[in-house]
Amino acid sequence: MAGKPVIEIKGLSYRYERETVLDNITLTVPENAFLGVVGPNGSGKSTLMKLILGLLKPQHGEIYLFGQEIRRFKNWEKVGYVSQKANSFNTGFPATVFEVVSSGLTKKMGLFKFLKKEDKNKVSKALESVGMLEFSFKNIGELSGGQQQRVFIARALVSDPELLILDEPTVGVDAHNVNSFYQMLGDLNKNRGITLLMVTHDIGTVSDKVTHVACLNKTLHFHGNTEEFEQLERNGLSEIYGHEVHLLDHHHEHEHGGVTR
Amino acid sequence: MIEAILRYEFLQNAFMTGILIGLVAPLLGVFIVVRRLSLIADALSHVTLAGIAASLLLEKKFLMFSGLNPLYMGMVFSVGGSLFIEKLRGVYKHYQELAIPIILSGGIGLGVIFISLADGFNTDLFSYLFGSVTAVSRADLWTILAITITVAIVIFLLYKELFLLSFDEEYAKASGLAAKSIHFIFIIMVALVIAASMRVVGILLVSSLMTLPVAASIRIAKGFKQTIFLSVIFGEISVLSGLSLAYYMDLAPGGTIVIISVFILILAILIKKSGFRKIA
Repeated sequence: MAGKPVIEIKGLSYRYERETVLDNITLTVPENAFLGVVGPNGSGKSTLMKLILGLLKPQHGEIYLFGQEIRRFKNWEKVGYVSQKANSFNTGFPATVFEVVSSGLTKKMGLFKFLKKEDKNKVSKALESVGMLEFSFKNIGELSGGQQQRVFIARALVSDPELLILDEPTVGVDAHNVNSFYQMLGDLNKNRGITLLMVTHDIGTVSDKVTHVACLNKTLHFHGNTEEFEQLERNGLSEIYGHEVHLLDHHHEHEHGGVTR
Repeated sequence: MIEAILRYEFLQNAFMTGILIGLVAPLLGVFIVVRRLSLIADALSHVTLAGIAASLLLEKKFLMFSGLNPLYMGMVFSVGGSLFIEKLRGVYKHYQELAIPIILSGGIGLGVIFISLADGFNTDLFSYLFGSVTAVSRADLWTILAITITVAIVIFLLYKELFLLSFDEEYAKASGLAAKSIHFIFIIMVALVIAASMRVVGILLVSSLMTLPVAASIRIAKGFKQTIFLSVIFGEISVLSGLSLAYYMDLAPGGTIVIISVFILILAILIKKSGFRKIA
């Protein structure tokens, strides 16, 4: 299972003006992993995402993507990204679902290239894989939050990424759709071998889907696979992790608890 | 009217310019509206005014500048203003809309100073404020044609990049798109189109042709390409019927064009209310 690392982070620190948000983070994400990153608000989760996506430049330490130093990394089409829906798009935007997903091919196609038939097939396939094909020609604003988020997954998938980064993708998704959403992510990880990194608040709900867990609160408090994490939970995670973490039983068939905030 | 158009060069110029602007202003306007930059068009039109005033001042004071087409200086100021807006948006990251009133009032201030230095102009300036499509010269027409062709080609070639940048700027950057360069090209195009369209509807109404047809089309269109298509159709209807109506009824062409686009907008809103529904 554990292949060569997709993401390697060594001694990474980041500060906004005077406030340190990430302190000496070292983290490795192996191929085919599904890493859940948990942490309280202000723990630097989003900053870590932005650094990995190249939206921010590391101040100290190094980030390697697919073995290449991030400043020299060029193959961004290998990396898919799904943001918190609420943050980054205008719901009144007059674009169809098909157009939105096509835009995921922009970088891969390169300048001055136009959508060909095979590209359109890829778009339809990506929509099919998230169960949204029948909505292709609806305007994006007509969909529910959960459906929109599936479309954004399709947009990320259309360029055949090897790594998919999700920043709290279930914010704004109805509670009863969250489970099927995670089911879909689990399938992408298992069946298509995509490495996933997901920042989330509710690790409890996904604990049977993720393979690795990282607990972040400025520094990295825990990083390991799911079994080790559950072991740690039983031994009193809240002591290391701070008071903001509650252990929580949830109504899943398996009886171990999850961590949520 | 057809006969009159065939006979008089000024009418030919007016209609040709109208057709070009009716195409290019809404075409670019779609991107302006969806990126919520509509007010930038207004700010830049006022900077263009300062450029025109500067040009008219030079023409009046120095013989060597006589015959200088004010359109060129207007363009220079408009492009300069657009770069300045970008700079300001960078400085005030959390108050990006501040750039607009700063540039807008700066443009008017500068324009007023130039006008007072020249001890006022004749009716020329008035025609720039409210448009005077009948005063368009052949040289203006060629310049506007060049701008229209350039902008249309650039939008065609950079369509998917502009779409991605407009829809989701953060994702555009995260996917490795050269967002800054694309935005730069975009804002230069905006500046050029504003300078070009002010001849038709005037500085005070320039943003109307970039926003009203788009506002109408967004109400009823499915998807982005259809939004662009309908915006251009609405733009052309406004310009052509506005010019014809103004010709027959002896009205101000700029104002007539704008009022017709307002009617189209109202119609689009009413159609939407009575006709097909969206799930929303």
